[in-house]
Amino acid sequence: MKQYEAWSETRAAEIIAEHQAVEGAALPILHALQETFGCVPEAAVPMVAQALNLSRAEMHGVVTFYHDFRREPAGKHVLKLCRAEACQSCGCDDLVEHAERKLGVKIGDTSADGRVTLEAVYCLGLCATAPSAILDGRVVGRLDKARLDALLTEAQA
Amino acid sequence: MSVRIYIPRDAASVAVGAEEVLAALTASLKRRGVQAEIVRNGSRGLFWLEPMIEIETKRGRVAYGPVTAQDVEGLLDAGFLDGADHRLCLGVADEIPWLKRQTRLTFARCGVTDPLSLDDYRAHGGLKGIEKAIALGPEATVEEVFQSGLRGRGGAGFPTGIKWRTVAQTIAPQKYIVCNADEGDSGTFADRMILEGDPFLLIEGMAIAGIATGATKGYVYIRSEYPHAIAAFDAAVKAARRSRLLGSRAAGSEYPFDIEVRAGAGAYVCGEETSLLESIEGKRGEVRAKPPLPAHQGLFGKPTVINNVLSFAAVPFILSEGAKAYKDFGMGRSRGTMPIQLAGNIKHGGLFETAFGVTLGELVDDIGGGTMSGRPVRAVQVGGPLGAYFPRALFDTPFDYEAFAARDGLIGHGGVVVFDDSVNMAKQARFAMEFCAIESCGKCTPCRIGSTRGVETIDRIVRGENHAKNLEVLEDLCNTMKFGSLCALGGFTPYPVMSALTHFPEDFGAAPRLQAAE
Repeated sequence: MKQYEAWSETRAAEIIAEHQAVEGAALPILHALQETFGCVPEAAVPMVAQALNLSRAEMHGVVTFYHDFRREPAGKHVLKLCRAEACQSCGCDDLVEHAERKLGVKIGDTSADGRVTLEAVYCLGLCATAPSAILDGRVVGRLDKARLDALLTEAQA
Repeated sequence: MSVRIYIPRDAASVAVGAEEVLAALTASLKRRGVQAEIVRNGSRGLFWLEPMIEIETKRGRVAYGPVTAQDVEGLLDAGFLDGADHRLCLGVADEIPWLKRQTRLTFARCGVTDPLSLDDYRAHGGLKGIEKAIALGPEATVEEVFQSGLRGRGGAGFPTGIKWRTVAQTIAPQKYIVCNADEGDSGTFADRMILEGDPFLLIEGMAIAGIATGATKGYVYIRSEYPHAIAAFDAAVKAARRSRLLGSRAAGSEYPFDIEVRAGAGAYVCGEETSLLESIEGKRGEVRAKPPLPAHQGLFGKPTVINNVLSFAAVPFILSEGAKAYKDFGMGRSRGTMPIQLAGNIKHGGLFETAFGVTLGELVDDIGGGTMSGRPVRAVQVGGPLGAYFPRALFDTPFDYEAFAARDGLIGHGGVVVFDDSVNMAKQARFAMEFCAIESCGKCTPCRIGSTRGVETIDRIVRGENHAKNLEVLEDLCNTMKFGSLCALGGFTPYPVMSALTHFPEDFGAAPRLQAAE
């Protein structure tokens, strides 16, 4: 789990300036903003647009195109369950249902206490040790109900 | 006495407990007062045996797996440090039959060396390719790649040599080498293994491409779902710069070449080459209409070689051993070897590199050992989410671009995902359409709208609503998507859908003929 900084225009301007000079700077800047603030804050979008000499509409288009960029910070922990074919063949759909039931949320949502965001991911490249999951950047393979329960307990702690 | 122990750092090994094994082993060795050097190697790709740890002995490296943290004390008591027998002992790693029957050209070093040691890389035959390329010069290097018959390993199978030749012959002040490491296909992990387990191989391959075509800058676009690979490859690039493999005089030559790593942001379509270029440029990952080809106007409008990780990774061997040595493997127009990835519900899943021509049945039943669940194999999806589902009846299909195409399938990036008899093929067909709808870049109508209509139509078929009529609609829709989409996402989604329908009609409700009889 990572501690994110509160929104600061000065800090955002620093991040933009740091990456602005590279070729095709948009994605590196957006990644860095999300790394710092836990999402790409609405207020940052016009700043990035201006720095890259793009319209706000164009920048909005870029931010919203990519699944990774959040408009709001996620819960304290993010648990992603792989739902792609290799994991399907090993029963990931049952695990998704199990996690949804235990957390009382649907995939894509954050638990009411703000502790866990449950998301789908389409392939982590761990297809020979399926089903797979990733909790706050830590990969887990050969997932079964017991291992999933352990992850859920960890995430809810 | 100091011993050398290998514990993989490959993400798949980490996902099943390699870090816990490392911690347990480190603590036990300390308690026992044993000095040990622990090397974090890549994976050899026998994933059902991961974490697979090795100890260096006079006989060679002896492997043990799958090892858990709880096994560590027992292993040490049994004489692990001397390579002694134990229920987890697999014998000398190189002699494991599953490894021995492979032809590892691209994956020769993966799992063997320390991925971040350039000395180790050189000691195991690395850098011979680039030295040869420097000696041959650009034109002869392109010719060598062309002669090898290497075809793009990303999926399209376009001859790599022609791509390189086109870029080499295009005059421009700046050219680029772009590596597509956006390995989004489920069932594939070969790119990831190279990025994590033998990154200098990719760096060498890209530098050779730079020398061959006159490009001085390379980008490696790695998907964000691969955080371990991004970190590992980034570290390798930094090490390559420090050792001057990259820089103003790449590998001591007169050619400048450097590489930058870029992270994707969760868009499957960015694995399509023009969409990937848009993404590096900082735009929405929308597919470009071709022409112009990337070789003429690619990244930032400049001539660009864009290849998959495995294509670049095949090049050092081709240069060091010669085009003929590579071309001698394979069948028909599919030359060389293919790193095949056995995945999903399979007993012996992992990386199996072999010459083209091995049949699907050999791969699934013999090499893969059938399903993990022990139930009968019902369907096998080859080539990722856009690949066709094959029934047992087609298990005689040899692994070859043309042979798969002739049976309305594709080999794609070499992923093979096995399903047992509990699979519902209508559900799989629906998922293919749904996935296309989620991931469509939205630029062309057949893909953007067709995929959503496809989901709805399959739902109607399964519900038995106007069954025969809706089957016709689905087939028509698939044709429109196949021939009317801008790229492979919309264009190939019909493969899993139509193959499921053709080979497993019983899963789509009553057959039309029976319905008419009712």
